Amino acid sequence: MPASFHLRIVTPAQILFSGDVLSLRAPGSEGSFGVLANHAAMVASLTTGELNFAGDGDRRHLATSGGFVEVSSEGVTILAETAEFNSEIDVDRARASLDRAREHLANQSADRARAQAALMRAVNRLKVATGGA
Amino acid sequence: MATLKQLRTRVASITNIQRVTNAMYMVAAAKMRRAQEAIESARPYAEQLDLMLRRLQSSIDSDSHPLFQQRPIKRLAVVVVTADRGLCGGFNGNIGRRARLELEAHKDVDIELTTVGRKGRDFLRNRGFDAAHHHADVYHHLDFAHAATIAQQVTADFVEGRVDRVLLVFSEFRSVANQIPVVQQLLPIVADAPEGGGQVVEDYIFEPNPEQLLEALVPRHVNFQVWSALLATNAGFFAAQMTSMDNATKNAGDLIDELTREMNKERQSSITLELMDIIGGAEAVAH
Repeated sequence: MPASFHLRIVTPAQILFSGDVLSLRAPGSEGSFGVLANHAAMVASLTTGELNFAGDGDRRHLATSGGFVEVSSEGVTILAETAEFNSEIDVDRARASLDRAREHLANQSADRARAQAALMRAVNRLKVATGGA
Repeated sequence: MATLKQLRTRVASITNIQRVTNAMYMVAAAKMRRAQEAIESARPYAEQLDLMLRRLQSSIDSDSHPLFQQRPIKRLAVVVVTADRGLCGGFNGNIGRRARLELEAHKDVDIELTTVGRKGRDFLRNRGFDAAHHHADVYHHLDFAHAATIAQQVTADFVEGRVDRVLLVFSEFRSVANQIPVVQQLLPIVADAPEGGGQVVEDYIFEPNPEQLLEALVPRHVNFQVWSALLATNAGFFAAQMTSMDNATKNAGDLIDELTREMNKERQSSITLELMDIIGGAEAVAH
């Protein structure tokens, strides 16, 4: 039995998850990275992407729009402005925001950086929701 | 003196009003409870964000970050957060008055006013302060994305030098009976002295480097400040509405009691009068 560690996923709206897990994979802004028990203390920033962790048996997937990870001896805390489990993602809404973002990008006057970010988020949510990673 | 029929109509209409205010009281109470829960569930995020900020501040000099920069104030941005609806006593008026005080205190500089909530916009517009930006329909479905949009707008204004300071006026939720309008400086960020939490207990790896982490963390801190202002104002609104609807229900009850007493008196005196008529008539016949 591999060692487990405590994981907390915190968003402004709620504590999305709190429990013991065996491994975690997070979309670091410098590249995706994994965390196992007894990892060195670390603070890292996350980018838009897929977050997943394995508890006892199943691996659970989430879409996040970025945030931070803190690894300490007490456990791992993920701070995310938005995070959703794949089963809870509204695919229709994600498609709609994808279309909206594309439209904004096509429109020259729109704020390109924001449209780009919105596009990335929408694509990510769809990817995580449909399990194609 | 009102007639018996008039009194009866008034009692009936006040009873209807009482029913409405009582229903509103109960709805506000339920919504307030939910709003309070939202404040509670935001707390772990707030604590963690604060902890990370302190940790980073202790390892690097945060004063160099643009969002910490103090500048002489030539243009000021004020964000006023009120509720959309009324029937909540002096709640919106109190925030509006506090905001007006702040606006008048800075008459000598250019002010860019942003309002959240219909009542605040109307209050200030009626007093000659037009909002450059207004965010409508925020409370119907309270969403973090809304707070982030508002925060990002003022943050961009600040970073690009269009404003030199950003103030946030909202209602602090102290308790159900106590909501106080407060003015908070949103930008530049007022750095707390990195005490207690600042001491590095563990040797952290920062990835990427602390400067870049702070760069990413600080705007999120601003987003969250706006979010908690929205949550507090929302909960405060329902608390104030609950209190004022409870008072209204009680007042209606008092009024009904008073009118019922008057009605009974009126009925009694009319009975006495009728009796006297009958007795008088009977005596006239007997003689």
